[in-house]
Amino acid sequence: MENSKEMKLKYDKTVWKEMFIYFRTFKKDFMILCCFMISLAVIDLSFPLLTQYAIDTYVEPQKLEGLWLVAVGYGILTIAMTLIVFTFIKFAGKIEMGLLYKMRKDSFEKLQKLSFSYYDKNAIGWMIARTTSDASKISGTVAWGVVDLVWGIAMMFGISIVMLIQNWRLALVTLITVPLLAIISVFFEKKMLVSYRNVRKINSKITGLFNDGIVGARTTKTLVREELNREEFGAETYDMKRTSVRAGTLSAGYLPMALFVSAIGMVLTLYFGSVYLAGGLITYGKLVLFITYARMFFDPVLELARIYTEMISAQAAAERVMSLINENEDIKENSEVLALYGNHYEQKIENWEPLIGNVEFEHVDFYYNEGEYILQDFNLKVKKGQTIALVGETGSGKSTIVNLACRFYEPTGGRILIDGKDYKERSQNWLHANIGYVLQSPHLFSGSIKENIRYGKLDASDEEIIEAAKIVNAHEFISKLEKGYDTEVGEGGGMLSTGEKQLISFARAIISKPKIFFLDEATSSIDTETEAKIQYAIDNVLEDRTSFIIAHRLSTIRSADVILVIEKGKVIEQGNHHELMENHGHYYELYTNQFIEEGERDLLNQHERKNEEKEDGKKKSA
Amino acid sequence: MKNIFKYLKGYRGVFGIAILSIIIATVMQLATPILIKYAVDSIIGEVPAGNLQFLMDAFGKNLMAVVWLMIGINFIGGIFLFLKGYLSSYAAENIAQNIRDSLYRQIQYMTYEQHTKKETGDMIQRCTSDVETIRRFLGVQIVDLGRIVIMITLSVAIMMSLNVRLTIYAIALIPILFAFSYIFFTKIQKTFKKSDEAEGTLTTVLQENLSGVRVVRAFGREKFEIDKFEEVNSNYRNITYKLVETLAMFWSSSDLLTLLQSGIVLVVGASMVITGNLTIGTLIAFITYESMLLWPVKQSGRLLSELGKTTVAITRIEEILNETIEKDLPTEIEPEIEGSITFDHVNFAYPDGKLALEDISFKLEKGKTLGILGSTGSGKSTLVHLIQRLYEYEGSIKIDDHELSTIKKQWIRRKIGLILQEPYLYAKTVKENIGITDKRYEETQIFEAAKTASIHDNILEFKEGYETIVGEKGVSLSGGQKQRVAISRTIIDPDKRILIFDDSLSAVDTETDMKIRRALKKRSKDVTTLIISHRITTLSEADYIIVLDEGKMIQSGTHKDLIDEDGLYKRIWDLQKMVV
Repeated sequence: MENSKEMKLKYDKTVWKEMFIYFRTFKKDFMILCCFMISLAVIDLSFPLLTQYAIDTYVEPQKLEGLWLVAVGYGILTIAMTLIVFTFIKFAGKIEMGLLYKMRKDSFEKLQKLSFSYYDKNAIGWMIARTTSDASKISGTVAWGVVDLVWGIAMMFGISIVMLIQNWRLALVTLITVPLLAIISVFFEKKMLVSYRNVRKINSKITGLFNDGIVGARTTKTLVREELNREEFGAETYDMKRTSVRAGTLSAGYLPMALFVSAIGMVLTLYFGSVYLAGGLITYGKLVLFITYARMFFDPVLELARIYTEMISAQAAAERVMSLINENEDIKENSEVLALYGNHYEQKIENWEPLIGNVEFEHVDFYYNEGEYILQDFNLKVKKGQTIALVGETGSGKSTIVNLACRFYEPTGGRILIDGKDYKERSQNWLHANIGYVLQSPHLFSGSIKENIRYGKLDASDEEIIEAAKIVNAHEFISKLEKGYDTEVGEGGGMLSTGEKQLISFARAIISKPKIFFLDEATSSIDTETEAKIQYAIDNVLEDRTSFIIAHRLSTIRSADVILVIEKGKVIEQGNHHELMENHGHYYELYTNQFIEEGERDLLNQHERKNEEKEDGKKKSA
Repeated sequence: MKNIFKYLKGYRGVFGIAILSIIIATVMQLATPILIKYAVDSIIGEVPAGNLQFLMDAFGKNLMAVVWLMIGINFIGGIFLFLKGYLSSYAAENIAQNIRDSLYRQIQYMTYEQHTKKETGDMIQRCTSDVETIRRFLGVQIVDLGRIVIMITLSVAIMMSLNVRLTIYAIALIPILFAFSYIFFTKIQKTFKKSDEAEGTLTTVLQENLSGVRVVRAFGREKFEIDKFEEVNSNYRNITYKLVETLAMFWSSSDLLTLLQSGIVLVVGASMVITGNLTIGTLIAFITYESMLLWPVKQSGRLLSELGKTTVAITRIEEILNETIEKDLPTEIEPEIEGSITFDHVNFAYPDGKLALEDISFKLEKGKTLGILGSTGSGKSTLVHLIQRLYEYEGSIKIDDHELSTIKKQWIRRKIGLILQEPYLYAKTVKENIGITDKRYEETQIFEAAKTASIHDNILEFKEGYETIVGEKGVSLSGGQKQRVAISRTIIDPDKRILIFDDSLSAVDTETDMKIRRALKKRSKDVTTLIISHRITTLSEADYIIVLDEGKMIQSGTHKDLIDEDGLYKRIWDLQKMVV
């Protein structure tokens, strides 16, 4: 355990090498930044030299004339320094933002290409963290790290060289404490890194407990768990206090320790300097110069230690971001397809043949992990315009069939033919441009209703949008809204009810007049009125289209041309409603159960609706 | 500001010592340049020692003594610097712990009504980042502020004692530098906020894209999304770059002021030395003090602007701490509970005045089962919430012979198991969730409860079995699984006299529903049960059934009574018959 901690505290060269290769387009910018930092160090060095010159040339011999030269020199250095500080901060900021922009852009584009199996394996929060906080940690560490690193090294070299030239013996005296200072700094920085990591870990636990306490308030009350909750929470805050005080003690000890070592260096310089001064070996000015330099050495040493640990701490982030950017894409078009049909950026629509709507599964196998078949030797022939209802329990493989048909996954064995041709021979974009897709839980993007419907057809006119909304019966409720089609739906569509979101997602799906339609019916009950509207929308949408429906509603199932009852990746019953009911098999049982459930719910809802009407009546008469 | 000091309570002494430590450490730090001056002027040179004549008297012209003295004061300074850091961190962490604990306590005991009014995100924000703001202020900023004030006062005082004229030159630009820093940091908050907001927008676009990945792919909108992201990505870059530019402006101009100030000291001081009005050692001391003085002045603007944030954070936290909490009245009792329930003309209205229950009366004997049927918003959930005293009611509810409002809240809640339709699972393992009410439950008891709720086999199918973490950060369970875990964590307690199922089997299929109820009946024969359900098969087994509508009881009786009556109950029953 202790060992693995130490391991992680090692500087990993390969990660940073990879990172710098990835950032090679910024090479020129980095070079310029380095130049700025070196010149800054030179100016920093020059100030004490100027002071020394002033003391030795004018002050010591008590010569007033010519002192204005010092003032002028000082002024020039001041202006140069101000300008360099201004430009280097700007420049480093520009690089930081550039790196961040690039990493985010590349991550995002990669995320658009990765197949769903990647999304199945990784939580969305994980991907967001890579693209936001990890990327920003890296760009900050790299851009400002270079600033401090180059400046620090230039300062240390510069000071050492000037001192060695001026008086090598006194220089060695001044420099004697530097290695000790460096060791102390790295030691403390590393310890603090671990400490603060622990603090953050506990902190996220505390946040989690607050979340439990707030979101689960009612549950806590009904279970009378207040005392136990507080006990658990108290244990964490106690732990937090202990760990934080530990971390605080470390950082409280670090600075005095470093300052003390640096002070010893200064005292040594003072002592030997005074001895040399008394012996006439050095001038007054030189002594002042050495004392100043002794103090100036302090900052770069501490800075370098800080960057070193910061690089270590950003290492994990760098690894994660690079792994995302270099992730392999599962579904890749072959070069012929790309040449003919184009890629995401340049779609060669002129070469796209129209899609008719015949779909065929030919001995299709599918698995995520080898050997664990989700679907095995699956065969299905769907003619243009047919409606296929997929029925079965959660996890039976219904959605896999839809995902394969949409080419969100590709079969691990067998083929899927569209209009008689393996769909891998044409591009994903071609297929996706011709399908309509409605999810079980509708997903809208923030923006207006209009923009959300237009998502289905980017060049749709306002008339087309209204037309689509009318077909799915959404026009009525949209027009009733104060801002109509320009109403903002809020983040994730939060300002609308589930039913309304569903209607909009229908409009979005049909606006491009797709040839194949995929529908994952909602299971959650919606108020009766919207439910009727959605039913009407479904009926309208399915007409004349090849459709695959993961069905939950009886009326949808009943009217399907083919019903597939699926269990554990196998079609166990197949046929239309009447055939399957006569079978008295699995479907029959499913249907009757469903029928009762739905009936009970409907009755309750109808009842509720009647009451509302009554209420309305009352209000009107009043 | 007054509020800030309130939080120091109990740690004022510690803070006092911390401040004293800063003073000592600062004095030690400031003594070094004087000693250098002394060494250069009076030991190497021949200038009279002035204020430091006592040193000359004690040690004579001994350089070594000064060296040891300097090491000594730096050592002492270091120790006090450490003490300051340690003590302020100790006090700040303790205070932060107290604030966190009292916030959490408040959240635990705040009335349910208050909870329903709060927004989760905002509450968590207050409990975490606002506390952090206060902690940082106490642990870092307060002592830093103290250090700056002491540093400025003392170094100006020392410089004054050395040479008044040069001191005036030496502090000429400081007020300007201070004002500049303060105004700048106050103004730049807005730009910081803009940059934060731009990052927020970026995260939202990313989040929506990732959670809507199916939609994006199905519509082939990858390019569209990439363009959308490009817009927010470059917008964030540009805004933040502007921020950096402004910061570059600040740092370079404050550097300019600082250098000018140092330059003035150098040139004026040098000419004073040349004209014989100043010793060379004093000049060196001035140069050193100047550099010690300028850095804290630059920082003070930032610190002062942070002070505003802390005041806001404190008010936000106090808002939570001032909410009403549930308290036991001294007259409230802890009686033995048998389990009979009597509602007598019970009314209940929400704070907004909406009447949720109207004139509800029924009597349920110990060990009997009451079925409740009603549509959404009919008041059925409110009714069962009243029995757990989550709200206060009008009229009379009696548990056995005791008026409910005279029984201690926690006592009665312990005796009554209420299982919600959408239960909340804690971010812990399944096992911990089932044994959540008492750490002493043994594995066999937990398995037993899980078996009764027909969830045991499901749990074993999970990769990690009972050790599977659920809740927000863990595996997401289906609605039916959650409901069954909730049932097991309630029924694990054999002491429950009343069990209430608030539609808590709705996501479980009819067969399992029945299985669970059978198992429960066997396990606890004389427990009084209330079941809210829309399944007639479930309700028909109840001893007595009430039908609610808009807060009123519109039908009541046994199953037999109700199927003979024309009404909602019968209509649903007919549907059932039609199929079977």
